[in-house]
Amino acid sequence: MLTFLNHLINGISLGSVYAIIALGYTMVYGIAKMLNFAHGDIIMVGAYICFFAVSTFGLPPIVGVLLAMVVCTVLGMVIERLAYKPLRSAPSLAVLITAIGVSYFLQNAAQLLWTSNPKIFPSFLVVTQQNADGTQTVKSGIQFAGGQLSVSYATLITIAVCVVIMLVLTWFTEHTKMGQAIQACSEDKGAAQLMGINVNTTISLTFAIGSALAAIAGVLLCSAYPTLVPTTGSMPGIKAFTAAVFGGIGSIPGALLGGILLGVIEIFAKAYISTQLSDAIVFAVLIVVLLVRPTGLLGKQVREKV
Amino acid sequence: MRSLRTNKTLRTNVITYAVVVAAFVLFQALGSAGVLSSTMKGQLVPICAYVLMALSLNLTVGILGELSLGHAGFMSVGAFAGAVTASAMQDSMPSSALRLTVAVLVGAVLAAIVGVLIGIPVLRLNGDYLAIVTLAFGEIIKSIVNNLYIGMDANGLHASFLNNTIVLGDGGRMILSGPMGVPGIKKTATFTAGFILILIALFVIFNLVNSRAGRAIMALRDNRIAAESVGINVTKYKLMAFVISAAIAGAGGALYGQAQNAIIATKFDFNTSILILVFVVLGGMGNMLGSILAAALLTVLPELLRSLNDYRMLIYAIVLILMMLFNSAPAMIQWREQMTEKLREKFGKEKKEG
Repeated sequence: MLTFLNHLINGISLGSVYAIIALGYTMVYGIAKMLNFAHGDIIMVGAYICFFAVSTFGLPPIVGVLLAMVVCTVLGMVIERLAYKPLRSAPSLAVLITAIGVSYFLQNAAQLLWTSNPKIFPSFLVVTQQNADGTQTVKSGIQFAGGQLSVSYATLITIAVCVVIMLVLTWFTEHTKMGQAIQACSEDKGAAQLMGINVNTTISLTFAIGSALAAIAGVLLCSAYPTLVPTTGSMPGIKAFTAAVFGGIGSIPGALLGGILLGVIEIFAKAYISTQLSDAIVFAVLIVVLLVRPTGLLGKQVREKV
Repeated sequence: MRSLRTNKTLRTNVITYAVVVAAFVLFQALGSAGVLSSTMKGQLVPICAYVLMALSLNLTVGILGELSLGHAGFMSVGAFAGAVTASAMQDSMPSSALRLTVAVLVGAVLAAIVGVLIGIPVLRLNGDYLAIVTLAFGEIIKSIVNNLYIGMDANGLHASFLNNTIVLGDGGRMILSGPMGVPGIKKTATFTAGFILILIALFVIFNLVNSRAGRAIMALRDNRIAAESVGINVTKYKLMAFVISAAIAGAGGALYGQAQNAIIATKFDFNTSILILVFVVLGGMGNMLGSILAAALLTVLPELLRSLNDYRMLIYAIVLILMMLFNSAPAMIQWREQMTEKLREKFGKEKKEG
């Protein structure tokens, strides 16, 4: 029972990371109707920035995370301006290939700048405890049930961050002018423009938010799996994309649900069925879900009109 | 009108065949004259295999109009089926050309069967959802092949899944050992074989496109509801195009596998699927000649950029982005039209003056 609980918590934690990445995918898809394949690589850039800020320059972790968010936000907006904006009214497949080009570019640029030698991400999500005799013990998690159930701080913080992001993002899209502009543009760009919404700025803003989230996701991902290489972002990127589709692409609660389910399924498949086949099982579940509900769990069922 | 249209498609088809034959003759001549470097020579068969993959995917994306992000899965099925077949027949069939033929056939048939199995559920979906499911199938195929073990001894083939539980008799050997793939392949693929396969694939695709079935498939692509309402069987025609595409991909995969020293399952991953999609989109969807040229050029490009060492993949990425922008950005298209208009005016004037 305790092992089950342990797997469940780990699954939710991994799923929270997927959910944060999936939010970026889903928001960009909702507004720009494009699959931004470079999103996974922005995660990687964010993780590297945080790594260098903390390990090389010795900045406090929170500054590292903020720095990563700023760099990724700027990067996301620059990419959008240079590579995607000229193709706004082009066929969606052309934008897809451009996004793949950007993804290659980021991976190879990272390889040139930071080499492909794996970097070990520092575990800064720990608590240093002052003992009675003056020594210090570093605790990386909390123990329950006499040490049988241990939950690391990284896991707890990941879940907490995910919840906070969800709440803030829901509030933002529902109750602020910018958020409502994003919703309006997702619904109908032409009508939104007629109502005086600057569509280009709104799309840039969406990319900025998605990229900032990707930076956070990158730091959280590398806190759990500390090996950092230029291709770190690609597989979680694909999985998060799957999660976004799973929950219904374009839907913010869908991204959360899809991400967490995907994380839990992956950890359970690894624990109880087979480590080698865990990816295959995740994708098989996705296929079954899409066959039963062709627009994902929380996706809008759009009726086709002639 | 009708005869004009037929003539135009006929002309396009003849040009495509002619370019393929000319390229074959050119490279054969260059090869025998010793102009080609050994790396280039080694690239010839993989280029043929990628051309086949691009043709196959173009059938799905350009003609059928459905995005597939898992085409490397069919390539994988073809490559491993072909490699296992060829390896199993190594002793009983001395002729390497015959071995290659059987390997390609087995690869194509097995990929077609997988195509039917995947196609029936997948083709019920639309658009991006279909794309993500093909991606999922590609990853599943990769995982399955990665955990498959096949060995051979005097009693025939033995297979096991997940764990290598095969006990081989005397003189037996492992052919496919899970994540290690198929090592020590005796290469049977030749440039000529690749050329013939491309011609066959072109023949199949052109005949399909210009047939009643092909027109039904393209009608589905252009407007599914309208096509359905005039009595076109959606599942049948979609499945037909998808399975033919899978079979060509399987043949391409078998050819590819037979040109390598060793193949592993992780080679045929998402990135390979994307690479093939890049060929198709850059070459122009539905344009077979474009696919052939794009596949050939982009396979050679990293080799040509080899002198740039570390920067080559970076430059490849930049070239890819710039080509897409140049090809598809509305502003660029407008600019190109203006330029052609200007040129035409200039030439028109010169003609008058002359």
